[in-house]
Amino acid sequence: METLPTNLNPDSEDFKTNSLHHRALANELKQRLAKVREGGGEKYRKRHESQGKLFVRERIERLLDPNSPFLEFSALAATDLYDNEGPGAGIVTGIGRVREREVLIVANDATVKGGSYFPMTVKKHLRAQQIAEENHLPCLYLVDSGGAFLPLQDEVFPDVNHFGRIFYNQARMSAKKIPQIAAVMGSCTAGGAYVPAMSDEAIIVKGTGTIFLGGPPLVKAATGEDVSAEDLGGADVHTRRSGVADHFAEDDDHAIEILRNIVETLPSKVESGKSPFYFPLSKPEEPLYPAEDIYGILPSTFRETYDVHEIIARLVDGSKFREFKARYGTTLVCGFARIHGYPVGIIANNGVLFSESALKATHFIELCDQRGIPLVFLQNITGFMVGREAEVGGIAKDGAKMVHAVATTRVPKLTVVIGGSFGAGNYAMSGRAYGSRFLWMWPNARISVMGGEQAANVLLTIKQEQLQREGKPLLNDKEIEAFKKPILDKYEDEGNPYYSTARLWDDGVIDPADTRQVLGLALSVVLNSPVEENNFGVFRM
Amino acid sequence: MMFKKILIANRGEIAIRIMRACKELGVKTVAVYSDADKNSQHAQFADEAIHIGAASAKESYLNADVLIQAALASQADAIHPGYGFLSENASFAGTVASAHLTFIGPSADSIRAMGDKAESKIRMKRAGVPTVPGAEGLESESDFKKAAEEIGYPVLVKAAAGGGGKGMRVVNQVEELKEAIESARREALNAFGDARLLVEKYIPNAHHIEFQVFGDQHGHLVHLFERECSTQRRYQKIIEETPSPLLTPELRKQMGEAAVAAAKAVNYFNAGTIEFIFDPQPSTLNLQPFYFLEMNTRLQVEHPVTELTTGLDLVQWQIRVAAGERFPYSQEQITQRGHAIECRVYAEDPANGFLPSTGKLLQYIEPRGPGIRVDSGFRAGDEVTHFYDPLLAKLIVFGESRETAVQKMQAALREFVVHGVTTNIDFLQDVLTHEDFAAGNVSTKWVENNFKWTPPAPSFESLVAVSLTDSSTSIGNNVVNRQSEIVNEHDPYSPWKNPNGFRN
Repeated sequence: METLPTNLNPDSEDFKTNSLHHRALANELKQRLAKVREGGGEKYRKRHESQGKLFVRERIERLLDPNSPFLEFSALAATDLYDNEGPGAGIVTGIGRVREREVLIVANDATVKGGSYFPMTVKKHLRAQQIAEENHLPCLYLVDSGGAFLPLQDEVFPDVNHFGRIFYNQARMSAKKIPQIAAVMGSCTAGGAYVPAMSDEAIIVKGTGTIFLGGPPLVKAATGEDVSAEDLGGADVHTRRSGVADHFAEDDDHAIEILRNIVETLPSKVESGKSPFYFPLSKPEEPLYPAEDIYGILPSTFRETYDVHEIIARLVDGSKFREFKARYGTTLVCGFARIHGYPVGIIANNGVLFSESALKATHFIELCDQRGIPLVFLQNITGFMVGREAEVGGIAKDGAKMVHAVATTRVPKLTVVIGGSFGAGNYAMSGRAYGSRFLWMWPNARISVMGGEQAANVLLTIKQEQLQREGKPLLNDKEIEAFKKPILDKYEDEGNPYYSTARLWDDGVIDPADTRQVLGLALSVVLNSPVEENNFGVFRM
Repeated sequence: MMFKKILIANRGEIAIRIMRACKELGVKTVAVYSDADKNSQHAQFADEAIHIGAASAKESYLNADVLIQAALASQADAIHPGYGFLSENASFAGTVASAHLTFIGPSADSIRAMGDKAESKIRMKRAGVPTVPGAEGLESESDFKKAAEEIGYPVLVKAAAGGGGKGMRVVNQVEELKEAIESARREALNAFGDARLLVEKYIPNAHHIEFQVFGDQHGHLVHLFERECSTQRRYQKIIEETPSPLLTPELRKQMGEAAVAAAKAVNYFNAGTIEFIFDPQPSTLNLQPFYFLEMNTRLQVEHPVTELTTGLDLVQWQIRVAAGERFPYSQEQITQRGHAIECRVYAEDPANGFLPSTGKLLQYIEPRGPGIRVDSGFRAGDEVTHFYDPLLAKLIVFGESRETAVQKMQAALREFVVHGVTTNIDFLQDVLTHEDFAAGNVSTKWVENNFKWTPPAPSFESLVAVSLTDSSTSIGNNVVNRQSEIVNEHDPYSPWKNPNGFRN
């Protein structure tokens, strides 16, 4: 393989300006993450701990193998939603290593509204389950939740992807031999009671863990019966009499120990499916250039361009890259490389998509599909080329070929939005709707149906035409600015990665310098599930 | 129940020394190694070897979590910490225990009690063990004067927050006191941001004499006599011997009893060492010749001299008592026989401030013969890196008397061949032939203050020998690699196995 050169000048003014800008964005991300990791705040943390319970993140830390990685998803979910009262949507999800195997963890944070489910909590829980199902990861539920957030019951209860889906998923995954294990470390009321009940094995903690369909207040109202939570659905009741839970734990630590022991006895990932390893792995090599250079490579605005090879050189093993069709359709870079020893096919934008670029990508996706090599999309796309020449040249059908290939390939896809994600380019580059196993955004990314500037200009043209039809005077420069401003503001606000991650349009915002690590962990994860036979269907020729 | 498998959380010669004991006892061994030690002898010598991280000790041999993880993964039932690294880290000992593994060494409580200088001093006083007379919390000059008189001149005025000789003044008589306090205070404030001073008895030609203690978990504890460790450079021992030429049978008995009392005061078990400051000319005012300095709650580098003169295998016994066995010998049954000396052979340049010397060992031949023992972790072709202590080998000899032992050591040092790095062999040789050493007059400051050393000019024969061996020996890195890393062969390089604690 060829080694990618670098043309970077770390002493240039551009590099320094860019570096400052993007380091500041990475710092903002770190600060937001640090804030959200405090959960519901000091007061609720204290109350939580006074009950002898461990904080949700402490539970996870103790559950994981010491010092092992934890790949958290959508830590910033529900940012600026629900009056900012649901940091992280009150739930922590991620993949970690327990007893040397990768597992998916879903853990309620009872310091956030008692761990109750906001709409985004449901979405985050379901997304985690989807990740588990696609990648054949055992699910560990650390339950500590009061159930649905009642004031928003219409947004969490009735629909397809609402609360009920959690238990549907548990049953379906169990049927697919994906273990479902719950540890009840707090309340598990009403619908929540079904999480342990629907699990393959369940643990319950003495004193704090309770499971019941109706809590003491509801029982009182319904039957007049006066009963304590512990007598109604505590650990003793459920492990000795009802059989709703299987293991009795003295405290959180004990529950975690039992959970770790259960994981230890699960069949290994290789035994549980046929071996997904259809390509040789090689020893990982660090890239030749430091990841922190990325801060200096990325321009501070979308108007400036840069060579995406510089980014690839900082993500792949030994900065080695075997480019495919380097001379054809050059606004899209395709090629083979390794990340942490895993072979990958990389598709990265290097400008607007033309017919040629789309055809090249389609060919390349077919190659990776045939060889069973996972695809990594580095998305920075303003869209497909427009204009008479492009349309007559059939850009719509060539774009459709790429979208078709992306949608139907059987190999795992990983997407990182490293810049703009606008229009149909989002689809062609395996956006959220295209079933990437994982999708992350960089803090500088923007996502919307088109760029803010384009949207403002489109709406302005329509407005001017309308004024012209009505015989009214056209807007002058000042009025144009006033007309465009709210549109630009709206796109800036809604295109922001934190707006996206708040709504689970992605699996999290990541620091560009962590990208290689995150991709490596994810590549190991996607290899847990076998690759299925493929049929591409009909390409429009 | 004897252990089935022991993980040795260390490297180099001591790791190999411990593995030998394990092999003798029929216990399987697990080595750990860093990036820099991939081809090292200790990793080759074990039954299994586990890679634990980057070359820097912080990321490997000092990384407690990874070590425990490795022990659990390899199904070891005990961890031997060796010396240095995590051997005197109470929280490591505690974590090992809470992972249901045995820490081969004392209890975490004993380590903690002896690790805290102030606490250990209080405990020693209570146990009747003499500690260096001193006073702290002094304010006015008259406070200092009163304290100094009680202690008896000469005294040392030093920074309470101190270390490294900063803010330290020797005061021989009361007239010098005022000036010493003022300058020490200034220096202490500059160096540590803390002007508090204390006064301590100053012992001019102090010797460092330590007593080996050994106990089992059933309350039985004895001492195994002394080691004289006064030959030091930059606060580090280079020659150790036993018996000490300075001790009378009476003093030896007193110090041994004090050592046992000190260890018992912290409910000590396993191997440990009580270090004493020894005053060869105790003043008439204060006839106390030895004071408790500190306790090393681990196996010492220089343990072999005790092994040779008492006939006990300390490392084997460490393992056996950690497994719960009783130590069967009473104090009376333990005797000293003959004389043993240890020289630490370092890859360092004595002519250049003892700076470590790194590089490839182009030639490396250890001496052999009756009464000669070499504990080492290197072979020809190995690399000496800057990451760790540059100890190449410990050369230990045994003779019927001090004189025969010294002769044997000199002969053995002459036969020790090391090319590729600079060593202290010539330096050690010259210390051994010095009349002060022969007379037992070497105090801890002797190398610094009294020994003027110039390296000998290389002889024609040695130059020829060097050029011949270095060009004719082709030593590659083609050593057999039989490290049996624990791998899931389906995903051997998974980044999930990197214990880097990654959080996104």
